[in-house]
Amino acid sequence: MNQLFLFPPAASLEAKGVDQLYFVMLGLSFAILALVFGLIVVFAWRYRAGSGARRSKLPGFYAHEMEIGWTLATLLVFLGIYGWSVEARQVHWAPPHGALNVRVVAKQWMWKFEHPSGAREIDALHLPLGVPVRLDMTSQDVIHSFYVPAFREKQDVLPDRIVTLWFTPSRLGQYAIRCAEYCGTNHSLMGGEVYVVTPAEYARWADRNADRSLPAAGARSFAALGCAGCHEARADLAPRLADLYGSKVALEGNRSVLADDAYLERSILDPRADIVKGYLPIMPSYRGVATPEEVSALVAYLKTMKSGRTP
Amino acid sequence: MSGATLITERSWGEGDQEFRASLGMWVFLATEILFFGGLFLAYAELRSQNVEAFDEAGKHANFFFGTLNTILLITSSFMMTIALVCSDKGDRSLLRAMLLVTLALGVGFLLCKGLEYRSDLQEHLGPGRNFPVRLPAAQAFFAMYWAMTGLHAVHLTVGLGVVGRVWLIARRPVWPENFHRTLHVSALYWHLIDVIWMMLYSIFYLVGRAT
Amino acid sequence: MTDATFDAVPERSSSAPSYLEDGHTVASWLFTTDHKRIAILYAAGITFFFFIGGAAATLMRLELVTPYANFLSPDEYNRLFTLHGVIMVWFFLIPSIPAVMGNFLLPLMIGARDVAFPRLNLVSWYVYIFGGIVTLYSLVAGGVDTGWTFYTPFSTMFSNSHVLAAAAGIFIAGFSTIATGVNFITTVHTERTEGMTWFRLPLFVWAMYATSIVMVLATPVLAASLLMIVCERLFHLPIFNPDTGGDPLLFQHLFWFYSHPAVYIMILPAMGVVSEIIACFARRQIFGYRFMVYAMIAIAGIGFFVWGHHMFVAGSSNYANLVFSLLSFIVAVPSAIKVFNWTASLYRGRITFEAPMLYALGFVGLFTVGGLTGLFLAMIPIDVHVTDTYFVIAHFHYIMVGGSVSAFFGGLHYWWPKVTGRLYHEGFARFAAILMFFGFNFTFFPQFIMGYAGMPRRYEVYPPVFQIYHVMSSAGASVLAVAYLMPLFYLGWSLLHGERSPPNPWRATGLEWQTSSPPPKQNFLVPPRVAHGPYRYHAEQDPSDLAEIDSGR
Ligand code: HEA
Ligand code: HEA
Ligand code: HEC
Ligand code: CUA
Ligand SMILES: [Cu+2]
Repeated sequence: MNQLFLFPPAASLEAKGVDQLYFVMLGLSFAILALVFGLIVVFAWRYRAGSGARRSKLPGFYAHEMEIGWTLATLLVFLGIYGWSVEARQVHWAPPHGALNVRVVAKQWMWKFEHPSGAREIDALHLPLGVPVRLDMTSQDVIHSFYVPAFREKQDVLPDRIVTLWFTPSRLGQYAIRCAEYCGTNHSLMGGEVYVVTPAEYARWADRNADRSLPAAGARSFAALGCAGCHEARADLAPRLADLYGSKVALEGNRSVLADDAYLERSILDPRADIVKGYLPIMPSYRGVATPEEVSALVAYLKTMKSGRTP
Repeated sequence: MSGATLITERSWGEGDQEFRASLGMWVFLATEILFFGGLFLAYAELRSQNVEAFDEAGKHANFFFGTLNTILLITSSFMMTIALVCSDKGDRSLLRAMLLVTLALGVGFLLCKGLEYRSDLQEHLGPGRNFPVRLPAAQAFFAMYWAMTGLHAVHLTVGLGVVGRVWLIARRPVWPENFHRTLHVSALYWHLIDVIWMMLYSIFYLVGRAT
Repeated sequence: MTDATFDAVPERSSSAPSYLEDGHTVASWLFTTDHKRIAILYAAGITFFFFIGGAAATLMRLELVTPYANFLSPDEYNRLFTLHGVIMVWFFLIPSIPAVMGNFLLPLMIGARDVAFPRLNLVSWYVYIFGGIVTLYSLVAGGVDTGWTFYTPFSTMFSNSHVLAAAAGIFIAGFSTIATGVNFITTVHTERTEGMTWFRLPLFVWAMYATSIVMVLATPVLAASLLMIVCERLFHLPIFNPDTGGDPLLFQHLFWFYSHPAVYIMILPAMGVVSEIIACFARRQIFGYRFMVYAMIAIAGIGFFVWGHHMFVAGSSNYANLVFSLLSFIVAVPSAIKVFNWTASLYRGRITFEAPMLYALGFVGLFTVGGLTGLFLAMIPIDVHVTDTYFVIAHFHYIMVGGSVSAFFGGLHYWWPKVTGRLYHEGFARFAAILMFFGFNFTFFPQFIMGYAGMPRRYEVYPPVFQIYHVMSSAGASVLAVAYLMPLFYLGWSLLHGERSPPNPWRATGLEWQTSSPPPKQNFLVPPRVAHGPYRYHAEQDPSDLAEIDSGR
């Protein structure tokens, strides 16, 4: 059927560091095990009942000094490997500028991806070789976990929050995506494939599948202009916008208004005009910041926003 | 074997009963504190993420009942302390009276709490629709409110049972020899319930009003 | 060698029947307040639950032989591993050593008549059984599918299984744990016999003391988090629901704040048992007694501050992760001290290899493997890759099954003559111990490899490349099952037909051996007095060591 599958391929720049750390730890562990097992076996043999070994009082040094010694030695080794592991991860904290930004939505039991070009795919993810990738991930229901063993990367995906994960694919090929956080019935079937392709191929693919519709452009602007930073962060900072279109909005000053196209546009260009009840007037005006095309795209996008949460 | 004497039921293993009982109770109180501690931690975490909503929601907590209940419980703890002093002095009738007052105040607390819950529900502060505060996170405040005050009310009910039992024993013509210990340990529990309420009072009724 | 320590045990006199002979009715058992009988009641309980949990494991291992869903639907599989985890952790392992051996031995070892609160002790057992019944009800009613970790929002808003009943059952059992903890702490403080100073306590007693502190301080936090789950699920109070200001990660913090200390509830007692056994069969004082005590206290204390290492990829802050990673290394230092001290205790000993010793040495080895892989997990870069894979499964089975369960069996054999007054068949026992060691490694070592290769946990259907490891693991599990079933037979046989045991068959030194086997109801006919530490073993080798031992080093 297959030969022993010992290691997944290392297909990201990050994977090498992890493997290195792992091998060193393996070596260290085997050394410790050899020491402990070795001593046990040697003592067990030499001091078995009936052997002629000497058993007089312990020499003086074989007491406190030795104990303190091995305690400190252990502590030092521990601090050493801790330091190294921190060092190995630290470079990985903030994604670099210009990373390819893919949005990921997890739901029971599938992965949905949306590329900057608007290209969408489900349970499959095309990525260019050698380009840092940044995934902005959220879940529509329970907690999932995005896991690509070949990248040695994993991140839990939470509902109502955007978490990011970034890495740089470093090897062409096809690798498995798995869900690593238990999420219900079909948790073990929630997966997909990453296809790492050359940048040129990726560009072609992204272009071929690009979504040129107005709402898609609006969605891109929504991310690019920073709307998501408030409206998809915490619900008490800025109101949720899903299902807004067509609903009745309670405003400060005991007024209310129907959320139609005009209201949406006004909210973007002149947010101070209508302040939603319970919120502070912190939203900046986008007049002059967003082009008229962008504004109409935004409105189109807002109209399509539906809360995906299953009741 | 030598002529070892059999140990009789009483002589060995009796130890210091008083110390044993109160140590046991103190350890138990430590677990109670951590039980509520977990909930306080949850409250703190949620509040730190939704400060405004929590302050806003705090204004909807019923200040009148909260304060009244605080007064009731503090008084009851005071009565309990008098009862302890009575037990030291041997004043039996005052002791019984003080226990009865403690019980009455405790029952009064539960009644007020019931009235408060009713008015809260009428204002739709419970789980469900028509929540009066627009900020959604205010609902988290009230979730903690219901969970923690509810748990406290359960503890208070248990406390009533504990104190009631002491009262029943105190009514006997002859007190059992361990009566003082029972009273002492029960009083510790009652005070704990009081202390926890004080903290609940400050996080649910005062916080929102301070700003 | 006629050291008074070993031989001055009074024969049982007819005027003091053993605790087993003191009443034969069912009521004399069910309403007993004798800590020794309560220990037997607990033993019955945990044995029952161990086989329930084991049956679930058997079904899981059977299903995992092939990469496809064979005879279990996904929902059934999910219910099985939840059941397995819940039962094994809360109804088997946590009560196992403390409530069975702790109950039986703690008063004996400190020279007491009974625990501080005997009636509370009996109540704890009933509460434990009641909690177990409620949990079993949730199983019969259709099961729970959240995993033993009950992560929100799945457990509160999405699962449509019997979460409430399971949570209630665990909640109830928690009271039993707390009551046992309160009882043990008070017992150690107030019931020590004359001369039993703190640094003359056997390490097993210290282990129980440290464990009890963790039980008393950690369990209520579990109760609080389960209560919040019930509030959200039953009353729809939105505590974890992010739509209304709740926070799903909050649950994880509270759960692990309990559950990491809880893993030390599961290992500290085992460390205590192993210390007793190694001292006895190496005929040697435990090396570095005081360090061993400090190490246990340190584990219990620092253990409260490392919970975040279960949440490296959960979405908490990078800085928090660094701190938790560091603390996880710190908490491993005292465990290292213990491993080295056990090894050093063998030096210049006079070692024999009866079954308890085989289990104890197995413990040291398997605990070391489990602990070392814990260090892998404590390193953030490695954990990011292997968290929620079989690497973690292997890590904790090495410690909990290879470590704690082995220690449990070691203690069971060691104190069997004391508890029952009968000797077991040494040959069968050694065979079972060795079989268990090999069966165990056979079952769980392959899981390390597949874990690093990327096999996620809680998967019923898995990529075929991993099949070979799963087949090995399942084959090992069947060996393990045989090894676990064996004691049931030869110990059961010994109960009925075994040779009568003398009071001190191992020529051990602890106080529990200075009374008849089985002990009389009141434990000691003469109130014991203690004049020296617990491990006076060199005496038979070199009397000049005695002064040193007694000086309490
Ligand atoms: C009895 C139970 C027990 C014990 C004692 C431990 C002990 C340890 N555990 Fe384990 N752990 C669990 C039970 C236990 N664990 C369980 C049940 C889970 C999973 C829960 C779930 O998700 O379902 C888990 C998960 C778990 C994780 C999270 C994994 C994940 O989900 O991503 C981590 C991460 O840091 C961890 C670390 C440790 C460490 C550092 C120790 C240390 O205390 C170990 C210390 C011991 C040693 C280190 C060995 C001896 C030392 C030497 C011989 C010294 C020489 C060594 C050197 C010089 C290198 N454990
Ligand atoms: C103390 C704790 C403990 C113990 C003793 C065990 C014992 C065993 N565990 Fe356990 N295990 C856990 C605690 C424990 N486990 C926990 C906490 C989890 C995580 C759960 C979760 O993810 O939520 C877990 C998860 C877990 C998994 C991962 C499941 C998954 O993620 O998909 C596996 C897989 O192999 C496994 C296997 C085993 C085996 C083979 C044993 C063996 O050692 C058991 C051997 C015992 C027997 C075999 C009993 C003998 C009885 C019989 C043979 C009777 C059979 C009768 C019938 C079949 C009718 N366990
Ligand atoms: C600094 C934070 C912030 C940013 C950035 C921001 N908003 Fe807002 N937005 C708010 C707040 C606060 C409100 C509620 C108060 C109000 O009505 O002004 C709001 C209200 C709105 C409303 C009305 C909502 C309702 O429920 O009726 C719309 C529509 C809207 N924003 C769209 C946008 C779009 C589109 C962008 C980006 C181009 C954007 N916002 C950027 C904070 C922000
Ligand atoms: Cu999604 Cu597991
Ligand atoms: Cu842990």
